[in-house]
Amino acid sequence: MLEALSYEFIQNALIAGVLVSLISGIIGSLIVANRMVFLAGGIAHAAYGGIGIAIFTGIPIFLGTSLFAVAAALFMAFITINQRENIDVFIGLTWAVGMAIGIILVDLTPGYNVDLLSYLFGSILAVNRDDLYFMGSLFVVILFVITFWYRNILAVSYDSEYAALSGINVKFFYTLILILSALTVVIAIKVVGLILVIALLSIPVYIAQRLSSSLFSMMLISGLIASVFTTIGLWFSYSFNITSGASIILVSALSLMLFMLLSKLK
Amino acid sequence: MHKNKTRAVIEVKNLSFAYDKDLILEDINLMIFEKDFMVFIGPNGGGKSTLVKLMLGINPLQKGSITILDKSIRKSISQIGYVPQNTNINLNFPIKAIEVVMMGKSSLRTSLFGYKKEEVHHAMELLEKVGMQEFANSKIGSLSGGQRQRVMIARALCADPKILLLDEPTSSIDTDGQKQIYELLKELNKEITIIVVSHDISVLLEYASKVAHINKKLSFHDISSIKNIETKSDHICEVELLEMLGKCKC
Ligand SMILES: Nc1ncnc2c1ncn2[C@@H]1O[C@H](COP(=O)(O)OP(=O)(O)O)[C@@H](O)[C@H]1O
Ligand SMILES: [Mg+2]
Repeated sequence: MLEALSYEFIQNALIAGVLVSLISGIIGSLIVANRMVFLAGGIAHAAYGGIGIAIFTGIPIFLGTSLFAVAAALFMAFITINQRENIDVFIGLTWAVGMAIGIILVDLTPGYNVDLLSYLFGSILAVNRDDLYFMGSLFVVILFVITFWYRNILAVSYDSEYAALSGINVKFFYTLILILSALTVVIAIKVVGLILVIALLSIPVYIAQRLSSSLFSMMLISGLIASVFTTIGLWFSYSFNITSGASIILVSALSLMLFMLLSKLK
Repeated sequence: MHKNKTRAVIEVKNLSFAYDKDLILEDINLMIFEKDFMVFIGPNGGGKSTLVKLMLGINPLQKGSITILDKSIRKSISQIGYVPQNTNINLNFPIKAIEVVMMGKSSLRTSLFGYKKEEVHHAMELLEKVGMQEFANSKIGSLSGGQRQRVMIARALCADPKILLLDEPTSSIDTDGQKQIYELLKELNKEITIIVVSHDISVLLEYASKVAHINKKLSFHDISSIKNIETKSDHICEVELLEMLGKCKC
Protein backbone atom coordinates (compact mmCIF):
# COMPACT_ATOMS: atom_id res chain seq x y z
CA MET A 1 0.00 0.00 0.00
CA LEU A 2 2.70 2.48 1.02
CA GLU A 3 4.52 2.15 -2.29
CA ALA A 4 1.34 3.51 -3.92
CA LEU A 5 2.10 6.83 -2.27
CA SER A 6 5.17 7.26 -4.44
CA TYR A 7 3.10 7.45 -7.63
CA GLU A 8 2.45 11.00 -8.67
CA PHE A 9 -1.16 10.33 -9.64
CA ILE A 10 -1.87 8.94 -6.20
CA GLN A 11 -0.26 11.96 -4.55
CA ASN A 12 -2.32 14.26 -6.77
CA ALA A 13 -5.46 12.32 -5.97
CA LEU A 14 -4.83 12.58 -2.23
CA ILE A 15 -4.12 16.31 -2.39
CA ALA A 16 -7.18 16.87 -4.57
CA GLY A 17 -9.30 14.77 -2.23
CA VAL A 18 -8.31 16.79 0.83
CA LEU A 19 -8.60 20.17 -0.94
CA VAL A 20 -12.02 19.39 -2.34
CA SER A 21 -13.12 18.02 1.04
CA LEU A 22 -12.10 21.16 2.90
CA ILE A 23 -13.86 23.32 0.31
CA SER A 24 -16.94 21.09 0.43
CA GLY A 25 -16.99 21.40 4.21
CA ILE A 26 -17.14 25.18 4.03
CA ILE A 27 -19.51 25.54 1.09
CA GLY A 28 -21.58 22.47 2.02
CA SER A 29 -22.22 24.04 5.44
CA LEU A 30 -23.51 27.17 3.73
CA ILE A 31 -25.63 25.16 1.32
CA VAL A 32 -27.25 23.15 4.11
CA ALA A 33 -27.67 26.18 6.38
CA ASN A 34 -29.35 28.14 3.57
CA ARG A 35 -31.49 25.15 2.59
CA MET A 36 -30.10 25.17 -0.91
CA VAL A 37 -29.35 21.45 -1.25
CA PHE A 38 -31.81 20.92 -4.10
CA LEU A 39 -30.60 24.11 -5.76
CA ALA A 40 -26.99 22.92 -5.60
CA GLY A 41 -28.12 19.59 -7.06
CA GLY A 42 -29.64 21.51 -9.96
CA ILE A 43 -26.40 23.37 -10.56
CA ALA A 44 -24.38 20.14 -10.40
CA HIS A 45 -26.45 18.50 -13.12
CA ALA A 46 -26.73 21.64 -15.21
CA ALA A 47 -22.93 21.79 -15.14
CA TYR A 48 -22.92 18.88 -17.57
CA GLY A 49 -24.02 21.40 -20.19
CA GLY A 50 -20.71 23.15 -19.58
CA ILE A 51 -18.81 19.91 -20.04
CA GLY A 52 -20.59 19.47 -23.39
CA ILE A 53 -19.78 23.01 -24.49
CA ALA A 54 -16.13 22.60 -23.49
CA ILE A 55 -15.78 19.35 -25.42
CA PHE A 56 -17.62 20.72 -28.44
CA THR A 57 -15.65 23.97 -28.67
CA GLY A 58 -12.35 22.60 -27.46
CA ILE A 59 -11.91 25.02 -24.54
CA PRO A 60 -10.50 23.61 -21.28
CA ILE A 61 -13.05 21.50 -19.42
CA PHE A 62 -12.71 23.33 -16.09
CA LEU A 63 -13.18 26.68 -17.80
CA GLY A 64 -16.23 25.63 -19.79
CA THR A 65 -17.84 23.90 -16.83
CA SER A 66 -17.12 26.78 -14.46
CA LEU A 67 -18.59 29.38 -16.78
CA PHE A 68 -21.68 27.31 -17.44
CA ALA A 69 -22.19 26.39 -13.78
CA VAL A 70 -21.80 30.01 -12.69
CA ALA A 71 -24.28 31.06 -15.37
CA ALA A 72 -26.72 28.45 -14.08
CA ALA A 73 -26.12 29.71 -10.52
CA LEU A 74 -26.79 33.32 -11.55
CA PHE A 75 -29.96 32.25 -13.31
CA MET A 76 -31.13 30.39 -10.20
CA ALA A 77 -30.20 33.33 -7.98
CA PHE A 78 -32.20 35.64 -10.22
CA ILE A 79 -35.20 33.32 -10.20
CA THR A 80 -35.20 32.52 -6.48
CA ILE A 81 -34.68 36.11 -5.39
CA ASN A 82 -37.47 37.47 -7.54
CA GLN A 83 -40.02 34.74 -7.25
CA ARG A 84 -40.56 32.46 -4.32
CA GLU A 85 -43.22 30.31 -5.94
CA ASN A 86 -42.47 27.52 -8.38
CA ILE A 87 -38.78 27.57 -7.48
CA ASP A 88 -38.76 23.78 -7.71
CA VAL A 89 -39.96 23.88 -11.29
CA PHE A 90 -37.17 26.24 -12.32
CA ILE A 91 -34.53 24.21 -10.52
CA GLY A 92 -35.78 21.02 -12.17
CA LEU A 93 -35.81 22.76 -15.52
CA THR A 94 -32.23 24.04 -15.22
CA TRP A 95 -31.18 20.62 -13.98
CA ALA A 96 -32.61 18.81 -17.02
CA VAL A 97 -31.92 21.38 -19.73
CA GLY A 98 -28.26 21.68 -18.71
CA MET A 99 -27.80 17.91 -18.95
CA ALA A 100 -29.65 17.75 -22.27
CA ILE A 101 -27.44 20.45 -23.78
CA GLY A 102 -24.36 18.56 -22.61
CA ILE A 103 -25.48 15.24 -24.02
CA ILE A 104 -26.39 16.70 -27.41
CA LEU A 105 -23.17 18.68 -27.74
CA VAL A 106 -21.12 15.60 -26.93
CA ASP A 107 -23.15 13.68 -29.58
CA LEU A 108 -22.40 16.39 -32.11
CA THR A 109 -18.66 16.45 -31.42
CA PRO A 110 -17.08 14.54 -34.29
CA GLY A 111 -15.05 11.50 -33.36
CA TYR A 112 -15.26 12.23 -29.66
CA ASN A 113 -15.83 9.15 -27.60
CA VAL A 114 -16.32 10.79 -24.25
CA ASP A 115 -16.11 8.76 -21.12
CA LEU A 116 -19.44 9.93 -19.76
CA LEU A 117 -18.98 7.79 -16.66
CA SER A 118 -15.92 9.76 -15.55
CA TYR A 119 -18.09 12.88 -15.29
CA LEU A 120 -20.99 11.10 -13.69
CA PHE A 121 -18.87 9.32 -11.09
CA GLY A 122 -15.62 11.28 -10.94
CA SER A 123 -12.07 10.61 -12.01
CA ILE A 124 -9.95 11.59 -9.08
CA LEU A 125 -7.09 9.33 -10.19
CA ALA A 126 -6.80 11.45 -13.34
CA VAL A 127 -6.27 14.74 -11.50
CA ASN A 128 -3.28 16.66 -12.88
CA ARG A 129 -1.24 19.63 -11.74
CA ASP A 130 -3.45 22.22 -13.44
CA ASP A 131 -6.49 20.77 -11.73
CA LEU A 132 -4.71 21.12 -8.40
CA TYR A 133 -3.87 24.77 -9.11
CA PHE A 134 -7.50 25.44 -9.93
CA MET A 135 -8.68 23.76 -6.71
CA GLY A 136 -6.02 25.56 -4.67
CA SER A 137 -7.02 28.94 -6.07
CA LEU A 138 -10.68 28.34 -5.29
CA PHE A 139 -9.74 27.33 -1.75
CA VAL A 140 -7.82 30.58 -1.27
CA VAL A 141 -10.68 32.67 -2.67
CA ILE A 142 -13.18 30.97 -0.38
CA LEU A 143 -10.94 31.50 2.66
CA PHE A 144 -10.74 35.21 1.81
CA VAL A 145 -14.49 35.54 1.37
CA ILE A 146 -15.19 33.76 4.65
CA THR A 147 -12.62 35.81 6.56
CA PHE A 148 -13.85 39.16 5.32
CA TRP A 149 -17.57 38.52 5.36
CA TYR A 150 -18.07 35.84 7.99
CA ARG A 151 -20.59 37.80 10.02
CA ASN A 152 -22.58 38.97 7.04
CA ILE A 153 -22.71 35.44 5.67
CA LEU A 154 -23.65 34.11 9.12
CA ALA A 155 -26.47 36.65 9.42
CA VAL A 156 -27.82 35.98 5.93
CA SER A 157 -27.67 32.21 6.44
CA TYR A 158 -29.35 32.21 9.84
CA ASP A 159 -32.11 34.76 9.27
CA SER A 160 -32.10 36.53 5.92
CA GLU A 161 -35.10 38.74 6.66
CA TYR A 162 -33.48 40.12 9.78
CA ALA A 163 -30.17 40.48 7.97
CA ALA A 164 -31.85 42.61 5.32
CA LEU A 165 -33.34 44.80 8.07
CA SER A 166 -29.87 45.33 9.50
CA GLY A 167 -28.78 46.78 6.20
CA ILE A 168 -26.93 43.74 4.85
CA ASN A 169 -27.14 43.30 1.08
CA VAL A 170 -28.83 39.91 1.24
CA LYS A 171 -29.11 39.51 -2.56
CA PHE A 172 -25.38 40.05 -2.97
CA PHE A 173 -24.44 37.45 -0.37
CA TYR A 174 -27.05 34.99 -1.57
CA THR A 175 -25.68 35.27 -5.09
CA LEU A 176 -22.10 35.03 -3.82
CA ILE A 177 -22.92 31.81 -1.95
CA LEU A 178 -24.51 30.38 -5.10
CA ILE A 179 -21.52 31.29 -7.29
CA LEU A 180 -19.09 29.71 -4.81
CA SER A 181 -21.38 26.66 -4.69
CA ALA A 182 -21.24 26.42 -8.49
CA LEU A 183 -17.43 26.52 -8.51
CA THR A 184 -17.31 24.00 -5.69
CA VAL A 185 -19.60 21.71 -7.63
CA VAL A 186 -17.26 21.93 -10.63
CA ILE A 187 -14.22 20.72 -8.70
CA ALA A 188 -16.23 18.18 -6.72
CA ILE A 189 -17.34 16.65 -10.03
CA LYS A 190 -13.68 15.74 -10.60
CA VAL A 191 -13.58 13.85 -7.30
CA VAL A 192 -16.96 12.14 -6.99
CA GLY A 193 -18.81 12.96 -10.22
CA LEU A 194 -21.87 15.11 -10.71
CA ILE A 195 -24.37 12.52 -9.54
CA LEU A 196 -22.67 12.20 -6.17
CA VAL A 197 -21.70 15.83 -5.61
CA ILE A 198 -24.65 16.52 -3.36
CA ALA A 199 -23.79 13.61 -1.10
CA LEU A 200 -20.24 14.92 -0.65
CA LEU A 201 -21.56 18.40 0.07
CA SER A 202 -24.20 17.32 2.57
CA ILE A 203 -23.32 14.07 4.40
CA PRO A 204 -20.30 15.45 6.32
CA VAL A 205 -22.31 18.57 7.12
CA TYR A 206 -25.18 16.58 8.62
CA ILE A 207 -22.72 14.89 10.97
CA ALA A 208 -20.86 18.11 11.76
CA GLN A 209 -24.09 19.97 12.47
CA ARG A 210 -24.68 17.85 15.57
CA LEU A 211 -21.14 18.31 16.79
CA SER A 212 -20.78 22.06 16.34
CA SER A 213 -22.00 25.10 18.18
CA SER A 214 -21.00 27.66 15.55
CA LEU A 215 -21.04 27.97 11.79
CA PHE A 216 -17.27 28.21 11.78
CA SER A 217 -16.79 24.97 13.69
CA MET A 218 -19.36 23.27 11.43
CA MET A 219 -17.32 24.31 8.39
CA LEU A 220 -14.09 23.06 9.92
CA ILE A 221 -15.49 19.78 11.25
CA SER A 222 -17.30 18.96 7.98
CA GLY A 223 -14.10 19.65 6.07
CA LEU A 224 -12.10 17.31 8.28
CA ILE A 225 -14.77 14.60 8.21
CA ALA A 226 -15.02 14.85 4.43
CA SER A 227 -11.21 14.59 4.15
CA VAL A 228 -11.25 11.37 6.16
CA PHE A 229 -14.09 9.93 4.04
CA THR A 230 -12.37 10.83 0.77
CA THR A 231 -9.05 9.38 1.84
CA ILE A 232 -10.59 6.12 3.06
CA GLY A 233 -12.77 5.92 -0.06
CA LEU A 234 -9.73 6.51 -2.23
CA TRP A 235 -7.87 3.73 -0.48
CA PHE A 236 -10.75 1.30 -1.11
CA SER A 237 -10.92 2.47 -4.69
CA TYR A 238 -7.23 1.81 -5.25
CA SER A 239 -7.09 -1.48 -3.37
CA PHE A 240 -10.13 -3.10 -4.95
CA ASN A 241 -10.01 -1.26 -8.27
CA ILE A 242 -13.50 0.23 -7.90
CA THR A 243 -14.87 3.62 -8.99
CA SER A 244 -13.51 6.24 -6.60
CA GLY A 245 -16.58 8.49 -6.44
CA ALA A 246 -18.90 5.65 -5.54
CA SER A 247 -16.56 4.25 -2.94
CA ILE A 248 -16.11 7.68 -1.29
CA ILE A 249 -19.86 8.20 -1.10
CA LEU A 250 -20.50 4.72 0.29
CA VAL A 251 -17.90 5.28 3.00
CA SER A 252 -19.62 8.59 3.82
CA ALA A 253 -23.14 7.17 3.84
CA LEU A 254 -22.18 4.17 6.00
CA SER A 255 -20.43 6.49 8.45
CA LEU A 256 -23.50 8.70 8.60
CA MET A 257 -25.70 5.71 9.41
CA LEU A 258 -23.25 4.55 12.07
CA PHE A 259 -23.17 8.06 13.53
CA MET A 260 -26.97 8.27 13.65
CA LEU A 261 -27.17 4.84 15.24
CA LEU A 262 -24.61 5.78 17.89
CA SER A 263 -26.32 9.07 18.69
CA LYS A 264 -29.66 7.23 19.04
CA LEU A 265 -28.13 4.74 21.47
CA LYS A 266 -26.66 7.48 23.65
CA MET B 1 -56.00 59.60 24.43
CA HIS B 2 -54.60 60.23 27.86
CA LYS B 3 -51.01 60.76 26.71
CA ASN B 4 -51.69 63.44 24.15
CA LYS B 5 -48.79 65.64 25.28
CA THR B 6 -46.14 63.17 24.13
CA ARG B 7 -45.04 63.10 20.54
CA ALA B 8 -46.05 60.61 17.90
CA VAL B 9 -43.34 58.03 17.22
CA ILE B 10 -45.20 56.37 14.37
CA GLU B 11 -47.74 58.01 12.11
CA VAL B 12 -49.59 56.00 9.48
CA LYS B 13 -51.72 57.90 6.98
CA ASN B 14 -54.20 56.56 4.42
CA LEU B 15 -52.26 53.34 4.08
CA SER B 16 -53.52 50.62 1.72
CA PHE B 17 -51.67 47.51 0.67
CA ALA B 18 -52.22 44.52 -1.63
CA TYR B 19 -49.92 41.53 -2.29
CA ASP B 20 -51.29 40.69 -5.68
CA LYS B 21 -54.74 42.00 -6.39
CA ASP B 22 -56.44 41.30 -3.06
CA LEU B 23 -56.47 44.31 -0.82
CA ILE B 24 -55.00 43.23 2.54
CA LEU B 25 -55.04 46.60 4.29
CA GLU B 26 -57.43 49.40 3.44
CA ASP B 27 -57.06 53.04 4.39
CA ILE B 28 -55.26 52.59 7.68
CA ASN B 29 -54.76 55.67 9.84
CA LEU B 30 -52.84 55.31 13.07
CA MET B 31 -50.79 57.32 15.54
CA ILE B 32 -48.56 55.67 18.08
CA PHE B 33 -47.14 57.86 20.82
CA GLU B 34 -44.01 57.73 22.91
CA LYS B 35 -44.13 55.07 25.66
CA ASP B 36 -47.38 53.62 24.36
CA PHE B 37 -47.94 49.91 24.90
CA MET B 38 -49.86 49.36 21.70
CA VAL B 39 -51.48 46.01 20.98
CA PHE B 40 -52.75 44.89 17.58
CA ILE B 41 -55.38 42.18 17.63
CA GLY B 42 -57.47 40.63 14.89
CA PRO B 43 -58.18 37.34 13.09
CA ASN B 44 -55.53 35.24 11.39
CA GLY B 45 -54.89 36.62 7.94
CA GLY B 46 -56.31 39.97 8.97
CA GLY B 47 -53.16 41.77 7.90
CA LYS B 48 -51.36 42.36 11.22
CA SER B 49 -48.02 40.99 10.08
CA THR B 50 -48.42 42.81 6.79
CA LEU B 51 -48.79 46.12 8.65
CA VAL B 52 -45.76 45.29 10.79
CA LYS B 53 -43.70 44.56 7.70
CA LEU B 54 -44.82 47.79 6.11
CA MET B 55 -43.63 49.69 9.17
CA LEU B 56 -40.26 48.00 8.88
CA GLY B 57 -39.92 48.60 5.16
CA ILE B 58 -39.88 44.84 4.44
CA ASN B 59 -43.03 45.35 2.40
CA PRO B 60 -42.80 48.34 0.04
CA LEU B 61 -45.27 51.20 0.47
CA GLN B 62 -47.96 51.23 -2.22
CA LYS B 63 -50.43 53.84 -1.11
CA GLY B 64 -50.34 56.22 1.84
CA SER B 65 -47.44 57.07 4.10
CA ILE B 66 -45.67 55.93 7.25
CA THR B 67 -43.52 58.31 9.28
CA ILE B 68 -41.32 57.07 12.09
CA LEU B 69 -39.94 59.64 14.52
CA ASP B 70 -40.78 62.34 11.96
CA LYS B 71 -38.66 60.72 9.28
CA SER B 72 -39.09 58.20 6.50
CA ILE B 73 -38.87 54.48 7.34
CA ARG B 74 -35.53 54.14 5.63
CA LYS B 75 -33.96 56.89 7.73
CA SER B 76 -35.28 55.73 11.06
CA ILE B 77 -35.26 51.98 10.64
CA SER B 78 -32.40 51.68 13.15
CA GLN B 79 -34.73 53.12 15.80
CA ILE B 80 -36.98 50.06 15.64
CA GLY B 81 -36.14 46.76 17.26
CA TYR B 82 -38.04 43.90 15.66
CA VAL B 83 -38.96 40.44 16.94
CA PRO B 84 -40.39 38.42 14.03
CA GLN B 85 -43.49 36.22 14.26
CA ASN B 86 -41.75 32.95 13.62
CA THR B 87 -38.54 32.53 15.55
CA ASN B 88 -38.55 28.76 15.23
CA ILE B 89 -36.61 29.03 12.00
CA ASN B 90 -33.44 27.11 11.28
CA LEU B 91 -33.38 25.31 14.64
CA ASN B 92 -30.56 23.02 13.52
CA PHE B 93 -28.38 25.99 12.74
CA PRO B 94 -25.23 25.87 14.85
CA ILE B 95 -25.28 29.28 16.50
CA LYS B 96 -25.02 30.36 20.13
CA ALA B 97 -27.55 32.62 21.81
CA ILE B 98 -24.98 35.36 22.25
CA GLU B 99 -24.09 35.29 18.56
CA VAL B 100 -27.76 35.79 17.70
CA VAL B 101 -27.87 38.82 19.98
CA MET B 102 -24.77 40.26 18.32
CA MET B 103 -26.58 40.11 15.00
CA GLY B 104 -28.55 43.09 16.26
CA LYS B 105 -28.15 46.10 14.07
CA SER B 106 -25.46 48.20 15.67
CA SER B 107 -22.76 45.60 15.71
CA LEU B 108 -23.05 44.42 12.13
CA ARG B 109 -21.01 47.07 10.40
CA THR B 110 -17.74 45.57 11.46
CA SER B 111 -17.93 42.25 9.78
CA LEU B 112 -14.42 40.83 10.04
CA PHE B 113 -14.09 37.40 11.49
CA GLY B 114 -14.58 37.27 15.25
CA TYR B 115 -16.28 39.52 17.78
CA LYS B 116 -14.97 42.57 19.60
CA LYS B 117 -14.73 42.62 23.38
CA GLU B 118 -17.18 45.52 23.78
CA GLU B 119 -19.70 43.76 21.58
CA VAL B 120 -19.58 40.59 23.64
CA HIS B 121 -19.87 42.70 26.79
CA HIS B 122 -22.88 44.60 25.44
CA ALA B 123 -24.56 41.38 24.31
CA MET B 124 -24.04 39.86 27.76
CA GLU B 125 -25.68 42.90 29.34
CA LEU B 126 -28.67 42.51 27.08
CA LEU B 127 -28.93 38.81 27.84
CA GLU B 128 -28.86 39.72 31.51
CA LYS B 129 -31.63 42.24 30.94
CA VAL B 130 -33.87 39.52 29.48
CA GLY B 131 -32.76 37.00 32.10
CA MET B 132 -30.86 34.73 29.75
CA GLN B 133 -27.23 35.30 30.76
CA GLU B 134 -26.73 31.66 31.81
CA PHE B 135 -27.64 30.53 28.31
CA ALA B 136 -25.27 32.82 26.42
CA ASN B 137 -23.30 29.90 25.04
CA SER B 138 -26.20 27.50 24.45
CA LYS B 139 -27.12 26.57 20.92
CA ILE B 140 -30.19 28.52 19.90
CA GLY B 141 -32.02 25.32 18.87
CA SER B 142 -31.59 23.78 22.32
CA LEU B 143 -33.52 26.57 24.07
CA SER B 144 -37.24 26.44 24.83
CA GLY B 145 -39.64 28.62 22.85
CA GLY B 146 -39.85 31.20 25.63
CA GLN B 147 -36.11 31.31 26.15
CA ARG B 148 -35.52 31.72 22.43
CA GLN B 149 -38.04 34.56 22.34
CA ARG B 150 -36.08 36.35 25.08
CA VAL B 151 -32.90 36.01 23.07
CA MET B 152 -34.72 37.51 20.07
CA ILE B 153 -35.84 40.42 22.26
CA ALA B 154 -32.22 40.94 23.33
CA ARG B 155 -31.21 40.93 19.67
CA ALA B 156 -33.87 43.52 18.91
CA LEU B 157 -32.57 45.69 21.76
CA CYS B 158 -28.99 45.48 20.52
CA ALA B 159 -29.14 48.72 18.53
CA ASP B 160 -30.73 50.68 21.40
CA PRO B 161 -34.06 51.24 19.64
CA LYS B 162 -36.71 53.75 20.67
CA ILE B 163 -39.47 51.41 19.56
CA LEU B 164 -39.80 47.66 20.06
CA LEU B 165 -42.07 45.84 17.62
CA LEU B 166 -43.06 42.23 18.36
CA ASP B 167 -45.17 40.03 16.10
CA GLU B 168 -47.04 37.41 18.17
CA PRO B 169 -44.15 36.93 20.59
CA THR B 170 -45.96 34.42 22.76
CA SER B 171 -47.82 32.24 20.28
CA SER B 172 -45.69 29.15 20.92
CA ILE B 173 -45.06 29.61 24.61
CA ASP B 174 -46.77 28.20 27.72
CA THR B 175 -48.76 30.50 30.02
CA ASP B 176 -45.96 31.00 32.54
CA GLY B 177 -43.55 31.88 29.78
CA GLN B 178 -46.05 34.31 28.30
CA LYS B 179 -46.46 36.11 31.59
CA GLN B 180 -42.70 36.44 31.97
CA ILE B 181 -42.34 37.88 28.48
CA TYR B 182 -45.05 40.47 29.15
CA GLU B 183 -43.53 41.39 32.50
CA LEU B 184 -40.27 41.95 30.66
CA LEU B 185 -42.01 44.11 28.06
CA LYS B 186 -43.67 46.11 30.82
CA GLU B 187 -40.27 46.76 32.33
CA LEU B 188 -38.87 47.82 28.94
CA ASN B 189 -41.92 50.03 28.38
CA LYS B 190 -40.63 52.38 31.08
CA GLU B 191 -38.07 53.54 28.56
CA ILE B 192 -39.29 52.66 25.07
CA THR B 193 -42.47 52.37 23.05
CA ILE B 194 -43.80 48.82 22.72
CA ILE B 195 -45.94 47.55 19.83
CA VAL B 196 -47.19 43.97 20.08
CA VAL B 197 -49.30 41.81 17.81
CA SER B 198 -51.08 39.40 20.11
CA HIS B 199 -54.02 37.08 20.57
CA ASP B 200 -53.80 36.97 24.33
CA ILE B 201 -56.70 38.93 25.77
CA SER B 202 -55.03 38.86 29.16
CA VAL B 203 -52.34 41.13 27.75
CA LEU B 204 -54.82 43.70 26.64
CA LEU B 205 -56.21 44.10 30.07
CA GLU B 206 -53.09 43.97 32.11
CA TYR B 207 -50.45 45.58 29.97
CA ALA B 208 -51.81 47.41 26.94
CA SER B 209 -52.31 51.15 26.90
CA LYS B 210 -54.04 51.05 23.51
CA VAL B 211 -55.67 48.36 21.44
CA ALA B 212 -56.33 48.36 17.72
CA HIS B 213 -58.25 45.70 15.86
CA ILE B 214 -56.99 44.92 12.37
CA ASN B 215 -59.00 43.05 9.79
CA LYS B 216 -58.29 44.79 6.52
CA LYS B 217 -59.42 47.98 8.25
CA LEU B 218 -58.24 49.28 11.57
CA SER B 219 -60.45 50.27 14.47
CA PHE B 220 -59.43 51.50 17.88
CA HIS B 221 -60.67 50.16 21.17
CA ASP B 222 -60.87 51.86 24.45
CA ILE B 223 -59.27 49.62 27.04
CA SER B 224 -61.78 50.56 29.74
CA SER B 225 -64.73 49.46 27.62
CA ILE B 226 -63.11 46.06 27.11
CA LYS B 227 -62.70 45.79 30.83
CA ASN B 228 -66.37 46.59 31.17
CA ILE B 229 -67.35 43.82 28.82
CA GLU B 230 -65.30 41.42 30.85
CA THR B 231 -66.59 42.48 34.22
CA LYS B 232 -70.22 42.56 33.09
CA SER B 233 -70.25 39.00 31.84
CA ASP B 234 -68.16 37.03 34.25
CA HIS B 235 -67.49 33.96 32.16
CA ILE B 236 -66.81 35.09 28.67
CA CYS B 237 -64.35 33.10 26.68
CA GLU B 238 -61.45 34.74 24.88
CA VAL B 239 -62.71 33.79 21.44
CA GLU B 240 -66.08 35.43 22.03
CA LEU B 241 -64.41 38.50 23.39
CA LEU B 242 -62.18 38.74 20.32
CA GLU B 243 -65.22 38.42 18.10
CA MET B 244 -67.08 41.14 19.96
CA LEU B 245 -64.07 43.39 19.63
CA GLY B 246 -64.07 42.74 15.94
CA LYS B 247 -67.70 43.76 15.55
CA CYS B 248 -68.19 46.64 17.93
CA LYS B 249 -67.16 50.11 16.94
CA CYS B 250 -66.17 51.43 20.31
N1 LIG C 1 -45.81 37.35 1.06
C1 LIG C 1 -47.14 37.23 0.81
N2 LIG C 1 -47.58 37.11 -0.46
C2 LIG C 1 -48.90 37.02 -0.72
N3 LIG C 1 -49.86 37.02 0.22
C3 LIG C 1 -49.49 37.13 1.51
C4 LIG C 1 -48.10 37.24 1.87
N4 LIG C 1 -48.02 37.35 3.22
C5 LIG C 1 -49.30 37.32 3.68
N5 LIG C 1 -50.18 37.19 2.66
C6 LIG C 1 -51.64 37.15 2.78
O1 LIG C 1 -52.05 38.39 3.33
C7 LIG C 1 -53.08 38.19 4.28
C8 LIG C 1 -52.68 38.81 5.59
O2 LIG C 1 -51.62 38.09 6.16
P1 LIG C 1 -50.89 38.52 7.50
O3 LIG C 1 -50.55 39.95 7.43
O4 LIG C 1 -49.78 37.56 7.73
O5 LIG C 1 -52.04 38.30 8.58
P2 LIG C 1 -51.96 38.17 10.16
O6 LIG C 1 -50.56 38.47 10.58
O7 LIG C 1 -52.95 39.15 10.66
O8 LIG C 1 -52.36 36.77 10.51
C9 LIG C 1 -53.32 36.70 4.35
O9 LIG C 1 -54.45 36.41 3.57
C10 LIG C 1 -52.09 36.09 3.75
O10 LIG C 1 -52.40 34.90 3.09
MG1 LIG D 1 -49.13 37.34 11.53
